[in-house]
Amino acid sequence: METEKIKETIHMISDENLDVRTITMGISLLDCIDSDSDVACERIYQKITTKAKNLVEVGHQIEIEYGIPIINKRISVTPISIVAAASNDKDYFKYAQTLDKAAKALGVNFIGGFSALVQKGYQTGDLKLIRSLPRVLAETDLVCASVNVGSTRSGINMDAVAEMGKVIKQASELSFMSNTKLVVFCNAVEDNPFMAGAFHGVGERDTVINVGVSGPGVVKHALEEVKGSPMDVVAETIKQTAFKVTRMGQLVGTLASERLGVPFGIVDLSLAPTPAVGDSVAQILEEIGLEQVGTHGTTAALALLNDAVKKGGIMACSHVGGLSGAFIPVSEDAGMIDGVNSGSLNIEKLEAMTAVCSVGLDMIAIPGKTPAETISAMIADEAAIGMINNKTTAVRVLPIQGKSVGDTVEFGGLLGHAPVMAVNSASSADMIHRGGLIPAPIHSFKN
Amino acid sequence: MKAILTTIGKDQVGIIAGVSHFLAEKNINISDVSQTIMNGYFTMMMMVEIQDNKTDFAILAQQLDELGKQLGVEIKIRREEIYDAMHQL
Repeated sequence: METEKIKETIHMISDENLDVRTITMGISLLDCIDSDSDVACERIYQKITTKAKNLVEVGHQIEIEYGIPIINKRISVTPISIVAAASNDKDYFKYAQTLDKAAKALGVNFIGGFSALVQKGYQTGDLKLIRSLPRVLAETDLVCASVNVGSTRSGINMDAVAEMGKVIKQASELSFMSNTKLVVFCNAVEDNPFMAGAFHGVGERDTVINVGVSGPGVVKHALEEVKGSPMDVVAETIKQTAFKVTRMGQLVGTLASERLGVPFGIVDLSLAPTPAVGDSVAQILEEIGLEQVGTHGTTAALALLNDAVKKGGIMACSHVGGLSGAFIPVSEDAGMIDGVNSGSLNIEKLEAMTAVCSVGLDMIAIPGKTPAETISAMIADEAAIGMINNKTTAVRVLPIQGKSVGDTVEFGGLLGHAPVMAVNSASSADMIHRGGLIPAPIHSFKN
Repeated sequence: MKAILTTIGKDQVGIIAGVSHFLAEKNINISDVSQTIMNGYFTMMMMVEIQDNKTDFAILAQQLDELGKQLGVEIKIRREEIYDAMHQL
């Protein structure tokens, strides 16, 4: 019995918030398609509630037997714009209601996949889905949505970018919580287990189990042991820690896959913070040696962190996928919130940080009066970073009606609270009104 | 199955007796044990063998939790694989 190792594991779980953030079951809905939306929705409900019948129970069993918290049990499905395209419905609210009902029947935390992939243009159904979004987000509880507006291979669909600015604005007028469930992507991945951006790609197997681990607290604690050491020691320490964290994700994923009789897909290595004390990505950056997140050096520290997490994790499991990097949501990270409140962290710096980490402008509250075109322009900037750098980027901004810079908005639970951040007030409207397509970059022509 | 039972708390009379007695009652064999006092805190680790077909793990974990409260310590039980997974290739 190796008592030191046992102690270390227990310490990580009890004191450093080590957990498995999510077990997400991906379910294909391609075999549910029907021109009659009632028939399709009935098939969707039956398929989801049959395939994922034991998901919550199995997650709970693993938690008890292995003493490792599994925070979320989730489902991702084939993008609904594809599934619903054969129907003649005017909007796809019925499909969202079906997903919501299935998720509630199963007791899962979220269901993702009310999604459309429009990086190069709209197909039948895509615009209908996008225009259904404000109502879907306001009137369902557990449905998460995403729209992919760009990719390195195809460029950026600026018509969709313009549309999404309007959608986000409208959604915020219906409910301030709506946009917490909507992500606008560039280079969206098909096996992401994290919400709100999870969907089940068409190239995936019929059903699959994906796991998202977490552990910012563990990384921060490990770095406390190497204060003052050179950056290569910092990188090595993060790698070793990420290795251990990922091994646990691999174990949980394998167990869940065996017990559910569903193939194991990937482990997503993302460091996902929560508002809990000591579970912050920002505090890791500060531990590396920054007085406050957002100051000069933040991008470099984040680049090192993101890369070292991947290097440590890749060796630790059979298949790595999803987004795999550090998340930098503002409202979900106590250190980020402190950075904003002190004036050290602003949207411009966050945008720079997204060039070197996974995802993008995430859970950022902005003034309710921000024009739709400005929101579109923020999406365009993020998509451009993703497109040029061959990486996933995303925008989850939250216009808060009736609030302005300096106010705070409370989302509750894992979503935390957010200070409303300043947005550049100069107009981007004329560019957004042009629409069209930003062509794919030169380095996309690899054939 | 093999599991690791950890008992941590303020040192006092009867912790080992209490835990061992409970395990004996449940017909659970202790295959290894290690115990130290760290900074005044009693820390004990036991490797135990549980007969899979006769024991409901969830109930056992709950009973150990209650026993811990009676003894004034924290008792946790986890299947051994989690420790192996994290530290061994």
